[in-house]
Amino acid sequence: MKYWDIFVAFFIPGIVGYGGGPASIPLVENEVVDRYGWMSVNDFSEMLAMANALPGPIATKMAGYIGYQQGGVLGSIVGIFATVAPSLILMVVLLSILLRFKDSPKVKRMTTLIRPTIAVLLGVMAFNLFHTSYIDSGVWQMLGIGLVSFILMEKVKLHPAFVILGSLIYGAVFLS
Amino acid sequence: MDEQNRELTEQSLLINLMRDLINMKQWHIFLAFFRVGILGYGGGPSSIPLVQKEVVEKYKWMDDEEFANILALGNSLPGPIATKMAGYIGYRVSGIIGMINAVLATIVPTILIMIVLLTFLSSMSDQPWVAGMTQAVVPVVGVMLATLTYDFLKKAKGALGWVITIIMAVISALLIEWAGIHPGIIIAILLIFALVKPDKAKQKDNQKEGQSS
Repeated sequence: MKYWDIFVAFFIPGIVGYGGGPASIPLVENEVVDRYGWMSVNDFSEMLAMANALPGPIATKMAGYIGYQQGGVLGSIVGIFATVAPSLILMVVLLSILLRFKDSPKVKRMTTLIRPTIAVLLGVMAFNLFHTSYIDSGVWQMLGIGLVSFILMEKVKLHPAFVILGSLIYGAVFLS
Repeated sequence: MDEQNRELTEQSLLINLMRDLINMKQWHIFLAFFRVGILGYGGGPSSIPLVQKEVVEKYKWMDDEEFANILALGNSLPGPIATKMAGYIGYRVSGIIGMINAVLATIVPTILIMIVLLTFLSSMSDQPWVAGMTQAVVPVVGVMLATLTYDFLKKAKGALGWVITIIMAVISALLIEWAGIHPGIIIAILLIFALVKPDKAKQKDNQKEGQSS
C-alpha cells in the first residue's frame, strides 16, 4: 500500500507535468504535502532548496529523496520509476507516431494551455512559504532574506546554489 | 583438429573483442550522462545543451538534426525532459541496457548526495543551528518559486495574451484552492482540450469551403 501510494504520488506529476521538471514541482508538492501529508511545507522547502542547490534533473531528485524517506531504497526506486518510466516508455514505443505529431500546433498548445494553472500552483506554494517564514522568523527576517536573495539571484545573477548556501550559513549563525 | 581449434580461438577472440566494444559503449554512455547529470544546474531543461555536446559533438552518436528531432519528441510528452532524453538516446545507442544505464547515470549520483545531506540534516534537527538553517532557507525558496511563477505567467502571456492568461489563472485558482479539485484533473482536461480543439487554420479552410459550396 505504501509503495502504491509512492507510485501514485509521482506517477500523476510525471504524466500531467508538461514542460519538464520545474513544472512538476507544485504537482509533487500537492501530492506529498497536501494529499498524503508525508512532509510539512517547511520540510518540502528545505528539500527543494537542497534539490535546487545540487546539479541534475529536479523531478527525479525529489522522487528519489521522498521515496527513500517514505519507503527506503525500494521506495526510492518506486518513486523514480513512477516519474521516469511512463513517459520514457511512451517515447520509445510511440516513436513513429510521435514523429508525425511533434511539429503539430496541438503539441505546443498543450504546453501553453497548462501554464496559467502551473503558475497558480507555484504562486500558492510561494505564498505558503512566505507565510510560514513570517510565522517562524518574523516579518523583518522574511523580507530581508527574501529581498537579498531576490537581488542576488535575479539582478546580480549569482548562482542559486551560492544563495542557498549563504542563507544556510546566515540561518545557522543568526537564527539559531 | 588444429584448424578447428584455431577457428574456435579466433571465434572466442572475436566474441571477447565485441564484448569489450559493447562494454566500452556502455562506459561511454555512462560517462556522457554522468557528466550531464553532475554538471547540469537548474533542472532538466538547462541540461539539454550539455546532452547535445556529449551526444552529438563528443561521441557522435547522432547528428544535430536527429538530436533536434528527439528533443521535439521529448517535449511533446509529459514528464521530466532530462530522463526522457537520456533514456531514449541510451536506447537508440545500445538497446534496453543502454537506456537503463543512461537514465541511472543521469539521476543516481545527485539523488545519493541529496539523501546523504538531507538525512544528515534531519538527524541533527534538534540542534538550534539546523533549525535556523531551515528557517533562513524558506524565504529563499519562496523567492525562487515566485520568480518561477512569474516566468510561467510571462510565457503564458506571450502565447495567450494577458486577458486569457489571467482568466485561466483565476479559474484554476478557484477550482484548486476553493473547490478543492485535484490540479491533475484540471491539467488533464486542459491537455485533452488542446488535443481535441481543431486548429484555427483548418477552421478557416472549412469556413471557406462552406462559403464556396
